[in-house]
Order: sequence, then C-alpha cells, then structure tokens
Amino acid sequence: MRNPLSETIVTIQPSGIRKFFDIVSEMKDAITLGVGEPDFDTPWHIRDEGIYSLEKGKTFYTSNAGLKELKIEIDRYLTRRYGVSYDFGKEILVTVGGSEAIDIAMRAMLDPGDEVLIPQPSYVSYEPCCILANGKPVIIELSAENEFRLTPEELEAAVTPKTKILVLPYPNNPTGAVMEKKDLEAIAEVVLRHDLFVISDEIYSELTYLTNHTTIASLPGMKERTVLINGFSKSYAMTGWRLGYACGPEAIISQMTKIHQYAIMCAPTTSQYAAVEALRNGDEDVVKMREEYNGRRRYLMHRFKEMGLDCFEPFGAFYVFPCIKEFGMTSDEFVNELLKAERVAVVPGTAFGACGEGFIRISYAYSLDVLKNAMDRIEHYITRLREENE
Amino acid sequence: MREKILTFIEKNSRIHLKDLAIMLGVDEGTVVDELQRMEEEHIICGYHTIIDWDKVGIEKVTALIEVRVTPQRGMGFDKVAERIYNYPEVNSVYLISGGFDLMVTLEGKTLREVSRFVSEKLSTLDTVLSTKTNFILKKYKDHGTVIAEQTKDERIQMIP
Repeated sequence: MRNPLSETIVTIQPSGIRKFFDIVSEMKDAITLGVGEPDFDTPWHIRDEGIYSLEKGKTFYTSNAGLKELKIEIDRYLTRRYGVSYDFGKEILVTVGGSEAIDIAMRAMLDPGDEVLIPQPSYVSYEPCCILANGKPVIIELSAENEFRLTPEELEAAVTPKTKILVLPYPNNPTGAVMEKKDLEAIAEVVLRHDLFVISDEIYSELTYLTNHTTIASLPGMKERTVLINGFSKSYAMTGWRLGYACGPEAIISQMTKIHQYAIMCAPTTSQYAAVEALRNGDEDVVKMREEYNGRRRYLMHRFKEMGLDCFEPFGAFYVFPCIKEFGMTSDEFVNELLKAERVAVVPGTAFGACGEGFIRISYAYSLDVLKNAMDRIEHYITRLREENE
Repeated sequence: MREKILTFIEKNSRIHLKDLAIMLGVDEGTVVDELQRMEEEHIICGYHTIIDWDKVGIEKVTALIEVRVTPQRGMGFDKVAERIYNYPEVNSVYLISGGFDLMVTLEGKTLREVSRFVSEKLSTLDTVLSTKTNFILKKYKDHGTVIAEQTKDERIQMIP
C-alpha cells in the first residue's frame, strides 16, 4: 500500500506534554494549574440568549461571514474599546474560535517559501498553521530581560527579503507579557519599513492589568496591513462556544472568507446569537472577571517574592511565567519532579518554544483556595531543592 | 478601594485580611482600617453564614409573610416595622410596594411555632390589618449562593 499521509503533516510534531497530562488526570489528589481557559461559567444572560435562540428555532446556517447583527456589534465593540473601526460588510469574518482565524489568515496570505516571524514563547498553533499553509516559520526568541516583549531590534534582526508576516501574540500566552502603545509604535515602524503584514492575536485583549490594551491596528498605516484576531473565549468565558473573529483589509478578509466558506460554512449559529448578547450587555461581566484575575495575579506575584522565585511581573492574560533556572534542572525535569513530589502540575515553558527552557507556566484561572494550596506545595518543593543543592 | 473590598468580601467574608490586601495590592493595615470604618458606619452590617440545615438533619421552617398594616400618624411605616423586627424570630422585614406593605421573613422550628407567632403576636398588633403566610418548601438559592451540590471543575487539559 502507498503511504496515505502527506509529507508535510508527518513533519509536524505532536505535543510532547500530552503524556504528562495523561498521568496528571489519573492522579486523584493532584492539583493542576495547567488549564488555559477561564474558571468562570459563561455569564447566564449570555447562555440564556443562546438557549432562547434555540427555542425560537434559530438552528439554520448563518451567512458565511457571520450574522450581520454580530458583525455590527463587533465593529461597535472594537471602536468603543480600542478605537479601531471596521466595515461590517467587508472587513469582518466570524470564525470558529480565534484558532480558525489564525489558520485561514496564514492560508490566505502565504505562498511557498514566504517567511513568517513567530515570537516565542507563544501559543503553539502558529508554527504548524504556518507550515500547513506552506510558509516557513522563523522563530524570534524573546527574552525575560525584556519582559518577553518583542523589541524592534529583535524584529529587525529576523527580517529577510522573504519575510511576509509577523505574528504578534499579545497579551501573551504563556508569559503574560503585554505590548504597550510605545512598544507597538516601535514595532510598527519596522513593519512599515519592510512592507510586512501582521497577524495580531489579541484573544486576551480584555485581560490586561496595567493599562487598556492597545491594538497595533489602531496605529497610523497599520490597519491596512493587519489581520486583527480576537474572540469570545477568554473575555466572556465562552471557550466551548468556539467563536472568534478576524478583522482586516477587505482583500485579505474576502479570501479568508472563501476558505472559511469551503472548509467550515459558517460559525455555530447558537454561539453567534449568544455573542451578540455578550457584546451588547457583557462589559460589566468582563470588568468583574478582570478584577478577580488581577487579585489572583497579585497573590501569585506576592508568593513568588516571598519564596524568592524569580518572575517578572506580567500584566496580561491569566498566566505567570516564573524562572526556575536557579535549580539547575530543565523545565521538563522540574515539572515532572514537582508532580511526583508535591502533586502539582504546571506546564513546562518548553511547550511554547525552545526558548521557554528554564521557565514554567502557571495559570491563575483557578480559585484563590486552589492557588494557595498549590503555592504552599511549590514553596515546600523548592525549599527542599535549595537545601539539597546547598 | 471600598467598593473593591466589598466586592471581594461579599462572596467570601472569611478571606484572610492578609490575602485580601495582597489581592488588592495594598497594605494589610489599609484593609483593616477600611473594614473597621465600614463596620462603624454600618456599611457592613454583619457577617453571616449560609447553611443548608437539611444536610445537618435539623428541620427549620421558613415563612414569607405578607403583612398589610395601617401606617401610624407621624411615623409612617417605620414604627410598625420596628414593632415587628424586634422579635428575634423575625429574620428580615422589608417595606414593599404593591398589594401589601411589609414582607416579613421568619424562621421557626416547626410549622406550629411559626403559625403561633403569626396568630398570637403578629396579627394581634393594632396596626396589622391582615397577614398572608407563605411557607418555603425548598431553597434553591440564598444570598446569591446556589444551595445545590457544588459543581466540579470539568475543564480538561487542552493540548495546546
């Protein structure tokens, strides 16, 4: 029999931490701080609107690009929150989560050999999506010294004549890093000078704790060359509804819509009706959740300081990314030992790129009680490590 | 700051003050002072516990009593309400718009105890015109807390 598989797909590595979390799920008394989704339920009024749409029999396809009401609300929301406006008829596409948007943006924009700059540590989808779209991923290794922000120098150094797209994953999973307006202005200057495009994954945009999030699309000359990706999963605790969107120049969005049309048809109808409600009446829910996350973030930073664990203060998403280099172990070793000794599961930084070595990701999408318990265990563990290393 | 403190303790009044201070990014002293001041100003009027008495096997009867009254000259409803809320078995008294005047909630050990309170103490007050007693059959949610079983964390570890 011939090999049934594509040569490309077999080159893509499956995630290495699958096995680790399979072990975790078998352990009854393990605390995991690994989950990357909110611990809140979707606010009831939003769920109720989804239910109501089902009761009214709204069970048909929507138009490919999404419900008109929803696209109008997306434009209003982006204008209200981030000062950037899109034509709902031509420049907005409703997708199955932000994930789909990342995939089809790459497929709509890349030709074989085009280079895509991917800052890491970052969410793990960019690289495989780029490869599947025949692009060539080029990793930019970010550093803790810059609080994992992308600097114009790092960007400049990675640009070649083949560079086409810069992926901008901020607020960042796994580091919690944010890019403020001044940081983005410096990046925009390089992007414009080299005639690059930006895929800006802003799925955590509502979860910033320093200042309001700035989208690079709002900077002069950038809207024309940016695909802004956002969604409902993190801001409204709607992960399971699978709903996101992409906004950008008509030329790109119309081609993305074509892929979406053939591959997906349309995003789930029920979710779209619920999302209309989220954007119309959900601002207060977001504020409440943000306050709660921010409290937990401060708590973790305080505990790290107390136990002398090196961690830059992150101002976005719901992750902290402490450095464990002092213990002379790899991230994998540290994480495995921590699970064995204290039954706490965290994600090794290397799951988000080789330069995540020496770091671990801790999610604070957990109640304070869980976090306290886990921090006590981690403190116990690293105290022991330090004693042993003396 | 007050609003933030209140938001946190409204749902969890047992949070350690030290942790609360850390979560708000302020000194513990600030939180202690603010709480004390809010207690003095009667912004914080008490700390209570929500108990599912059924689970302890202790039977309690709660009634919502709709009371129609004649307001007293010069005092309005306040004086009447005071007569009623001074009884320790009364849990709450609200002035209500609509078909009746006061909503009184009452907790007793037995149906008889509650009905005796209504017939002997409440309806015998001069100002009380009529009462209508509604017994609570089941509590689903109280003080913003769902009484039913705790939900489990059903999130799975997604890879990525």
